[in-house]
Amino acid sequence: MTQREILQHSPQSLIEKYPFLSSFFEGQHWMTKFNPNQPLAELFSLIDEEQAEDHAFDMHDFLDQLMDFIAEMQAFIGKESFVVNKLTILPGTNKSGENEGFEKLEFEPRTITSIVGPTGSGKSRLLADIEWVAQGDTPTKRKILINEELPDNAWRFSGNRKLVAQLSQNMNFVMDLSVKDFLELHAKSRMVTDSGALINKIISYANELAGEKFSPDTAITALSGGQSRALMIADTALLSQSPVVLIDEIENAGIDRKKALEILTGEDKIVLMATHDPLLALMADQRIVIKKGGIHSVIKTSAEERALMAELEKADLKQQQIRTALRSGAVLQYKMNV
Amino acid sequence: MNLVTISGPPSSGKTAVILKAAENLKNRGLKVGAVKFDCLHTDDDLAYEKAGIPVKKGLSGSLCPDHYFVSNIEAVTAWGLEENFDVLVSESAGLCNRCSPYIKEIKAVCVIDNLSGINTPRKIGPMLRMADIVVITKGDIVSQAEREVFAAGVYAVNPGAVIMHVNGLTGQGAYELSTLLFDENLKIDTLKGKKLRFSMPSALCSYCLGETRIGESYQMGNVRKIDIKNN
Ligand SMILES: Nc1nc2c(ncn2[C@@H]2O[C@H](COP(=O)(O)OP(=O)(O)OP(=O)(O)O)[C@@H](O)[C@H]2O)c(=O)[nH]1
Ligand SMILES: [Mg+2]
Ligand SMILES: [Zn+2]
Ligand SMILES: [Zn+2]
Repeated sequence: MTQREILQHSPQSLIEKYPFLSSFFEGQHWMTKFNPNQPLAELFSLIDEEQAEDHAFDMHDFLDQLMDFIAEMQAFIGKESFVVNKLTILPGTNKSGENEGFEKLEFEPRTITSIVGPTGSGKSRLLADIEWVAQGDTPTKRKILINEELPDNAWRFSGNRKLVAQLSQNMNFVMDLSVKDFLELHAKSRMVTDSGALINKIISYANELAGEKFSPDTAITALSGGQSRALMIADTALLSQSPVVLIDEIENAGIDRKKALEILTGEDKIVLMATHDPLLALMADQRIVIKKGGIHSVIKTSAEERALMAELEKADLKQQQIRTALRSGAVLQYKMNV
Repeated sequence: MNLVTISGPPSSGKTAVILKAAENLKNRGLKVGAVKFDCLHTDDDLAYEKAGIPVKKGLSGSLCPDHYFVSNIEAVTAWGLEENFDVLVSESAGLCNRCSPYIKEIKAVCVIDNLSGINTPRKIGPMLRMADIVVITKGDIVSQAEREVFAAGVYAVNPGAVIMHVNGLTGQGAYELSTLLFDENLKIDTLKGKKLRFSMPSALCSYCLGETRIGESYQMGNVRKIDIKNN
């Protein structure tokens, strides 16, 4: 729509045409005084100088921002170019200026990559490079490609299109809302209409992950640690805009970690997981070894390692059962059936 | 010299973000100075000094801090030029939700934090709406969903801005921000002739001028009354 056409529309008719505009108009305080069925051109002639000053309203800024918003949103809603089928990292250098130990690192949806290495070795820089879709312009000189091409600048600059979603241990819910209202709010911010079924699915996934069930009416701030984590994972899998999910360690207690990863990959996410836990590291398809601020090597998980992982899984399960048994007051036997 | 105006609600993380970004600018060999505008009190000057950043501070006292900013930014800019800074950062606590200390053609950054509540982006007016870059802090404490909801709220108010997440504690994102703060082509040698992005209401009443007594006969100048009946 051209500026002239927009001026002939009323706020109400614009919302009918572009439902996403409701959030934009909600932020326009000056509008509340007027009839939303009047064309914008008429509204502009009604607003007097004092009102304009009160609300810091400027017609030209308003129109520019409205046009920007419509253009961006349209690009955002139905555009295939923002589907990520492959993410590629081209190597740079480590802190000492030595070349990184790989030629080309590729990530596809539904795969898991673990990141291992000492704390402070450069994991955050790697994540930041991906988030900023580095183009040789960060300290590591790495380059990121999306779908094997130079990425659209919007990945870097737009507030509505971030490449990476993050899950970490110290994140908490801070809003004062029930689980259901919270998920509705998130869905609305993503312009998802008819979110009912999706919300139910998120809650049932979260309940599968956490073990102890919660209801849609529970306040998010009242959830236990495990339940919060489970809800964050299920919500990120189904409602986050970001194609890449970075997990900073998933604690062993209170959540089914294997299932958590399955839910994320099942929703076509590219999963990156920084971990010190051997079981998690081996659950990945490949692992990145970080040393001295650079990627030292990339290792595909071998069949032998997978066999080893099966052993670790058994031990892990045994430990969980013992934990549950202890908690319920049981006396343990030397030979537990697993 | 580049002048960058950084503004945002109290305690949103402005100083923390500026310090982390300044570190990266210094690593590139750029000389950074700072000025803090506040209302009654600030310790930010000590934080800048400790980081080795030359700093001036201005307290507006009973005036709107943004009005005070406009009357003083030129002198501060002259100081910055004298000191040969490459980047002069002005930090203002956004205390007046109606005004904003942004100048046309001078980079304007608004710092706002994830903990401030989802309606905050709608409440803070031109300070957010007219910024070129919006930095969102304290994402390390809240969930991914809350970050997305908050960013969407910011986006609805200022769709044209670059929206970035920066962690004021670890500095994650600060390198990226720093690359946007210095631009060879945005050098200035004076502020003369530049204009505010948005006019500030003059609204001067007798209370602005120090009147303390309550009552109709003491109210002078630009006075506006609440409409109790039709409220
Ligand atoms: N967790 C966390 N804390 C932060 C972050 N950024 C800033 N803080 C903390 O928030 C508090 C306020 O930060 P400041 O940088 O002083 O905020 P400010 O906006 O400069 O405050 P005023 O100048 O007083 O208005 C400090 O305790 C910071 O350490 C962040 O990204 N995460
Ligand atoms: Mg400060
Ligand atoms: Zn003011
Ligand atoms: Zn007054």
